[in-house]
Amino acid sequence: MTAPQWDAAQLALALLSVDPVGLGGMVVRARSGPVRDAFLAELGSIPLPRRRIHPDISDDGLFGGLDLSATLASKKIVFSQGVMHDPAALILTMAERTPADLAAKLAQRLDLDGTHCLIALDEGAEPDERCPPALSERLAFRVDLEAIGRLQATPGDLPDPAIARALYPRIAATAEAIEALTALAARYGVDSLRAPLFALRAARAHAALFGRNSLTSDDIAAAAGLVFAHRATQMPQDAEQEDNAPPPPPEDEGDSPQDQGEDQMEISQEMLIEAVRAMLPDGMLESLVPAGTARGARGSGAGARRKGNRRGRPLPSRPGRLDGRARIDLVATLRAAAPWQPIRRKLSPRGQKLLIHPGDIHLKRFEDRSDRLLIFTVDASGSAALARLAEAKGAVELLLVQAYARRDHVALIAFRGEGADLLLPPTRSLVQTKRRLAALPGGGGTPLAAGLQAAGELAEHARSQGLSPAIAVLTDGRANIALDGSADRAQAAEDATRIGTWLRACGLPGVVLDMGNRPTRQLGDLAAHMGARYLPLPRADAERLSAAVTAALDA
Amino acid sequence: MKHAFPFSAIVGQDDMKLAMILTAIDPKLGGVLVFGDRGTGKSTAVRALAALLPPIQAVKACPVNAADPSEVPDWAGLDTHEMVERPTPVVDLPLGVTEDRVTGALDIERALTQGEKAFQPGLLAQANRGYLYIDEVNLLEDHIVDLLLDVAQSGENVVEREGLSIRHPARFVLVGSGNPEEGELRPQLLDRFGLSVEVRSPNNIEDRIEVIKRRDAFETDAAKFMRKWGKEDRKLRDRILAARAKLAEIDTKKPALRDCAELCVALGADGLRGELTLLRAGRALAAFDGDTALARPHLRRVAPLALSHRLRRDPLDEAGSAARVARTVSEVLG
Repeated sequence: MTAPQWDAAQLALALLSVDPVGLGGMVVRARSGPVRDAFLAELGSIPLPRRRIHPDISDDGLFGGLDLSATLASKKIVFSQGVMHDPAALILTMAERTPADLAAKLAQRLDLDGTHCLIALDEGAEPDERCPPALSERLAFRVDLEAIGRLQATPGDLPDPAIARALYPRIAATAEAIEALTALAARYGVDSLRAPLFALRAARAHAALFGRNSLTSDDIAAAAGLVFAHRATQMPQDAEQEDNAPPPPPEDEGDSPQDQGEDQMEISQEMLIEAVRAMLPDGMLESLVPAGTARGARGSGAGARRKGNRRGRPLPSRPGRLDGRARIDLVATLRAAAPWQPIRRKLSPRGQKLLIHPGDIHLKRFEDRSDRLLIFTVDASGSAALARLAEAKGAVELLLVQAYARRDHVALIAFRGEGADLLLPPTRSLVQTKRRLAALPGGGGTPLAAGLQAAGELAEHARSQGLSPAIAVLTDGRANIALDGSADRAQAAEDATRIGTWLRACGLPGVVLDMGNRPTRQLGDLAAHMGARYLPLPRADAERLSAAVTAALDA
Repeated sequence: MKHAFPFSAIVGQDDMKLAMILTAIDPKLGGVLVFGDRGTGKSTAVRALAALLPPIQAVKACPVNAADPSEVPDWAGLDTHEMVERPTPVVDLPLGVTEDRVTGALDIERALTQGEKAFQPGLLAQANRGYLYIDEVNLLEDHIVDLLLDVAQSGENVVEREGLSIRHPARFVLVGSGNPEEGELRPQLLDRFGLSVEVRSPNNIEDRIEVIKRRDAFETDAAKFMRKWGKEDRKLRDRILAARAKLAEIDTKKPALRDCAELCVALGADGLRGELTLLRAGRALAAFDGDTALARPHLRRVAPLALSHRLRRDPLDEAGSAARVARTVSEVLG
């Protein structure tokens, strides 16, 4: 008894084995375990040598470079060959931890060389820990092995891809297939044009696998299911729904001639739509993360950690190669070489005193923590002043004391009347902050959107200077002044939501404190849009407020 | 050899193609930045452009492609006056590139084997009089960006390191492409690009089908496809060459200058580079269209390309700055 996902994964692998380079590869979403091992054991069907790489691989290791120790030893220039020098099936472990620059470099080489195939093993635990889109875009398939039990993962009985490889070049793409796949991609909201190209190749590979000489609707349906399902961003409108919907959605305009012409067409759109829908993982569309919010698995806690090898707090040194960027840890290198000296001296023809091999070289590593900046965005409007501006001020003061102890920077933005003012640019001066805060007057409207925008701009600016900003918003949530200064409650709320979405897209952590007399749903929604923690604090005193903020920002 | 996909076979993306043609006509425009979604043919277009460009005359074996023997730098040690024709250089700047490789550095091989202090030219030297292409330009490391900014500004590469003191001309057209989702571009670098284009996947089904069909035909039989589209490419190249010859004769009247200035003021573009680029791009378009004078239709066409990246960024304007430019253009030019 095998699970449907397992069958799909097996089929995807078989198709990939038919045309490993043309289809680019696949993303395998699975935690390490027997099911994944069983799947990886079958990678042998890909007719390329397998090479394992990891996200921390150096450029030299990947693309080759000057081999310094060999060059010095042989007195002539020696280049080392990178993993990507020869055609290979690259297996990228922990793909969800791939930094953007490595992903871009890999993607470039995949495009340019056209001799590689990449299997990205995505072990992400959370939905937004995932393989960088620059890579997954260039790989035809994505298989999800999470929900498969060990007993369901038994080798299938698919035909041998090796035989199909001979047949594959003879299968031509038909105009109907191209039209059907392109139209289908558009209906599922798949924007990239790489997807229909992959689907076309997959369909041809599918036909070859089952020993056919031309494409049939089965091939196209299978390929569409495997390639489009994980890229879908919208569900196609059902025919009856389209009839009921009063204004036809604009994106369907391109489809309508297709719909009318379907009767003559050999491949039914509906059948293909069903094929893709069958492959859609449960709850997939609901859980789609809005574009640009993937934070990666690198974490964004207090003071983003940056591991460099130039400055910061020293970490234990590690063996490595000198690539011109790292500094050698001389003591550790000598210590690593010391135990081998007697043996090496015996083996060395020249009577050198000290024999150091490239493998002994240890590099210094440092960890640099960027300073944190806490941006207080305080509502100083009339309504808030009535409520609990004084308490908010007290809480901010308590937080300042903590910030001082942790050497954080703070900035203060107040919004009231028609706009927001930066009362205090980022500073560590506690006294100054206290003074400005005490003098903060209350009264006027609530231009929440303007306050958030000012905070966002300040945060972006601070980030470009190497700080790690976080935003704390204190408000009662009764936004009534829109961004353009007009007193329009509906517009004001909408503006605040839009800015909140922007803050989330920028990846700024934050917390929204509701200091109204009772929690407002509006503010909770805003916090959700910002991707921030929402803390309703009716009847809270300054101490509890401060404790809550600390807990939320440290979480 | 692997063929590049022919430029004229690219479906749609008219803005991107126009921007690239304009920089080919007038290299002083200062390059193109192509920003857009994945899978929209950004890289394809840049690589196609390389195949389209007419060849240049250069001194044989000159590391900086000098156009005249007197311009060959001393350190190259050449004494030839022979001129050769070579294709317009299009140099790829890979993301992981080191500083040495960009600016050039001590030639290690000669230093180790012969004990000589010699200069090994880098990518900037290779790119002189040609194009420097940076894919995923927004992910380029900061120190490389700083270096490029300096050289793009001065047109000269100065190397002061490892006991070398070398300078050589490095005038190139920057072509950058990237995906805005993966990171912003520093405003200083943004400003160095003359034209900018935002590309999207075509949302017309017919266009999309045509893209897939052509790509499939290209992959199935590249030679046949090249025969079919090579003629179009040659026609386009001839048009570019004709436009280059006519560029100096394009008449620029005072009202056109006023239009440029008014547009930039209305949009609140920073600095005067906007006006200058707009003017140059308009003239290049006039030459390409075979007109004799710069007129409003030309400005209307190139204004979004030349100005959309020079506005103050408004994070909330979802329509994008191109729409803002279009609105202002219709207000100012009527």
